[in-house]
Amino acid sequence: MPIDRSMNVLIVDDYKTMLRIIRNLLKQIEFHNVEEAVEGAEALARLRAGNFGLVISDWNMQPMTGLQLLQEVRADARLKSTPFIMITAESSAENVVAAKRAGVSNYIVKPFNAETLRDKIERVLPHG
Amino acid sequence: MVDRFTGSRVEPLARHIAAIRARYPNAKPEWIADVVRIVAMSLDRKPSFRQQRLLREIAGLERTIVDAKYELAALRGYNIHASHLPTATNELDDIVAHTASATHAILENCEMLDNLAAELPTEQATGLHEATTHIYEACSFQDITGQRIAKVVGTLKTIEAKVANILATFSDSPLEPYAMDLHGSHELLNGPQRPATAMVQSEIDQLLASFD
Repeated sequence: MPIDRSMNVLIVDDYKTMLRIIRNLLKQIEFHNVEEAVEGAEALARLRAGNFGLVISDWNMQPMTGLQLLQEVRADARLKSTPFIMITAESSAENVVAAKRAGVSNYIVKPFNAETLRDKIERVLPHG
Repeated sequence: MVDRFTGSRVEPLARHIAAIRARYPNAKPEWIADVVRIVAMSLDRKPSFRQQRLLREIAGLERTIVDAKYELAALRGYNIHASHLPTATNELDDIVAHTASATHAILENCEMLDNLAAELPTEQATGLHEATTHIYEACSFQDITGQRIAKVVGTLKTIEAKVANILATFSDSPLEPYAMDLHGSHELLNGPQRPATAMVQSEIDQLLASFD
């Protein structure tokens, strides 16, 4: 069953180049409704105000890290079931475990390609 | 006959020897003689071989400290703390800024190509999209190199702080102790791992799957 590619996707990264790259890669895999946030607090505000089907966030951000954002999302009754993909350049097992324990839906290591992005998104989104 | 142990200087010693004899009745007088001989040797101001060696080591240590002070003074002359390290960090910051600027230009042109693809026949448009996708993927190098360089800059700043503190400790005209500016949350990651030691995506997938 196909996934709904018309959903709103929020991408979060304090590095604008990366936001632009992810946005373009999402466009290539047919996700066109993409919004951006450059830090955790802004992301949280957007999530609470809007209707997003997926969050893709960098871990390494300040002042709120991606992990803290994930914890906030999971603690919010309305947002807690939103699929959340963490992207990071650091791939130690401890971090993966910490993210999993915090409720991450999937985890992508930089550098990644469009195919990996598509695969991880398809795994976390409901089909049909 | 005058008792040879009644003089005021030897009386305390005599009392001690008598006490020791009372406590250790089987002690032999020559044992005490040995102790007295060793004490007498230590009092004649002639250092033993081990003492001489220790003194040489201390003198060598003193020379090393003096040399280090001269070298630190010279280091100060080179201005490593005031100029060289900050220059190196600035240059690395410039590299990040230049590569970011170049990456933005590449992305901008890629986006233009993507828009132009809409006017091309499907087969050519698909080919163009594939090419631009690979360029987008490759552009993430800038994020990775940026994080790596930020790590190096952090290390340089730590060295800079240490050098400043050493100079402040040993210099005749001390610098203000350098406050380490290690900003950032403990919850932040340490930046990209070396490819040789990092987990790859498939290993992470396996780790995540182990929770299911």
